[in-house]
Amino acid sequence: MREITLSQAVNEAIAEEMRRDPTVFLMGEDVAEAGTPFKVLSGLVEEFGTERIIDTPISEPGFVGLAVGAAMTGARPIVDLMFGDFIYLVMDQLCNQAAKQHYMSGGKLTVPMVLRTNMGATRRSAAQHSQSLQALVAHIPGLKVAMPSSAYEAKGLMKTAIRDNNPVVIFEDKLMYQDKAPVPEEEYLIPFGEAFVKREGRDITLIATSSMVQVAEKAAMALAQEGIEAEVIDPRTIVPLDEATLIESVKKTSRAIVIDEGHQSYGVTSEIASRLNEKAFYHLDAPVMRMGAMDVPVPFSPALEDLTVPTPQAVVEAARKLCGGEMIHAA
Amino acid sequence: MAKAKTNTEDYLRMYRQMVRIRTFEDNANQLYLSAKMPGLTHMYSGEEAVAVGICEALTDDDRITSTHRGHGHCVAKGAEFKEMFCELLGKAEGYCRGKGGSMHIADQSHGNLGANAIVGGSMGIATGSALRAKLQGSDDVTVCFFGDGATAQGLWYEVMNMAALWKLPVIYACENNGYSEYTKTEEIAAGSITARAEAFGIEAHQVDGQDVMAVNALAQKLVARARKGEGPFFIELMTYRYHGHHVGDINREYYRSKDEEKDWKDNRDPIIRFRAHLVSEGIASEDEIDAINAEIEKDAAEAVAYAEAAAYPDVSEVDMHVYAA
Ligand SMILES: Cc1ncc(C[n+]2csc(CCOP(=O)(O)OP(=O)(O)O)c2C)c(N)n1
Ligand SMILES: [Mg+2]
Repeated sequence: MREITLSQAVNEAIAEEMRRDPTVFLMGEDVAEAGTPFKVLSGLVEEFGTERIIDTPISEPGFVGLAVGAAMTGARPIVDLMFGDFIYLVMDQLCNQAAKQHYMSGGKLTVPMVLRTNMGATRRSAAQHSQSLQALVAHIPGLKVAMPSSAYEAKGLMKTAIRDNNPVVIFEDKLMYQDKAPVPEEEYLIPFGEAFVKREGRDITLIATSSMVQVAEKAAMALAQEGIEAEVIDPRTIVPLDEATLIESVKKTSRAIVIDEGHQSYGVTSEIASRLNEKAFYHLDAPVMRMGAMDVPVPFSPALEDLTVPTPQAVVEAARKLCGGEMIHAA
Repeated sequence: MAKAKTNTEDYLRMYRQMVRIRTFEDNANQLYLSAKMPGLTHMYSGEEAVAVGICEALTDDDRITSTHRGHGHCVAKGAEFKEMFCELLGKAEGYCRGKGGSMHIADQSHGNLGANAIVGGSMGIATGSALRAKLQGSDDVTVCFFGDGATAQGLWYEVMNMAALWKLPVIYACENNGYSEYTKTEEIAAGSITARAEAFGIEAHQVDGQDVMAVNALAQKLVARARKGEGPFFIELMTYRYHGHHVGDINREYYRSKDEEKDWKDNRDPIIRFRAHLVSEGIASEDEIDAINAEIEKDAAEAVAYAEAAAYPDVSEVDMHVYAA
């Protein structure tokens, strides 16, 4: 199968959906000629013109609001938010407006829009350009949240997001845009709420999102050397969450670590861990462990920044302890 | 209050400050190109007369807020090269102990409340600083620097309204360099930018941002009036950035022509223009100016070498400073 980058995969998904459905359009800052600072959207304006690939002023709440209104009245907008950190600027439009229209109208209004943005630290971009804020939006009922872990997921999830009748937020890891993966030429979609078992194993379940899937896979390879067989599962969407696949795995392995690049406290890892506690408690041999980013703003200095994110080494050490029966959080 | 910049010493200081900014940026760009600087940075080269003309009208008690393109503001407000280069390289002796980097550099000792990586993100902070001055009966003035692109942020209109209602001592300084990232200003700004401030009853000025004397003369007047409670004010400074949007933006002909860049550099450079003025007025000789330039280059080279050799923060600092004591 051909291999393409995550960036190309996103580009293809959007182009295919724009060809298929004339109501799909895209807007954001420097999306047209510039094709975004990460060059993900290069070439789209040549095919679809500036009527459908629209450069906006630096007015995030404004253009997200426009997307909500356009979506409520028959269009399918994709909004490009240059950095995930700018989610804070658009919270009202996203969480008070987009997320609630369907419910507040008793099911009469829909907001079929996609907000594509990014996440991920270690790019030396400091505290306001490095955050992973998926937990913030996942907290709000009415929003769906996808977190592609490779080019394959990025394409299939984007196409599903565009066809979904709800507001969907997609977080791409900005360090993965140039990573290649096999992606079929033929059309495919990835349904929301279906986790993917990346690697099978009997001893411990590593549940990981986005780029943390790579971290978990590296850890699993190292653990295999020591005779510990780790199962790696990528939920692919955190809302909706495929609980069944996660629970089934934990019933088999009896141990789990949840890895996500958002801050650990009150985060995605906490949510998944507590669901496992509630629904698989009697199958567990050890507490479910969370591994998120440190609860600090992302520091600029490389000497500090690298300490803040989960690493394969840290996962290996934690897995070893859990499998060895050591109490990690013993009082 | 700062004196009017009419004597030799003041003129030479303005010249020095502009050259210090240009030299700082040349070195920062070199650090990026030689892969010694982590991340990306935005060069202020070409816009020196804006920061210097304004900051030379301020005292250390006056505050400024800065932007992602913030090295110029930082130098102009009095910062030292050593601490600045240390910050850019993420070293412990940097102004922010390496935690902020280029986009968050701040220098409280000279009243610089910090650069900001959110476009328009400091408009509230600057206006709040002015509110504090008024509430506490202090006569300091706050200058809020931002770009033309930032005028698209709704926050500005909210804070301008309050600043005008309450006559706050804040000066909004819009550095209109013709572009926000890869887009021309006329494609993202409807109508007139000065008229937007005027709609709130705020006195607005447009000035040639490549003419340090014009910028400084205007800033002196407005700062003095703001101190007396006649603010807020708005200044649109017409200027140009010589480099790409950031140091990595090298192939940029798709949005900006080489001819246009050459025209600004050859015909409107703020340093060349001011230097010619100093010489023709007999304020300094060519030799004296060359000596100033050489001394600044030496200072910068020493500061870079110092920063390269300086230590990174200890790992224990990673969770320090999340909460104040
Ligand atoms: C709220 C927000 N939106 C977008 C960006 C990305 N961004 C960084 S600088 C920039 C352009 C800013 O243009 P302008 O205000 O004119 O300043 P200049 O870079 O020209 O000095 C953009 C869009 C950001 N940092 N913050
Ligand atoms: Mg600009």
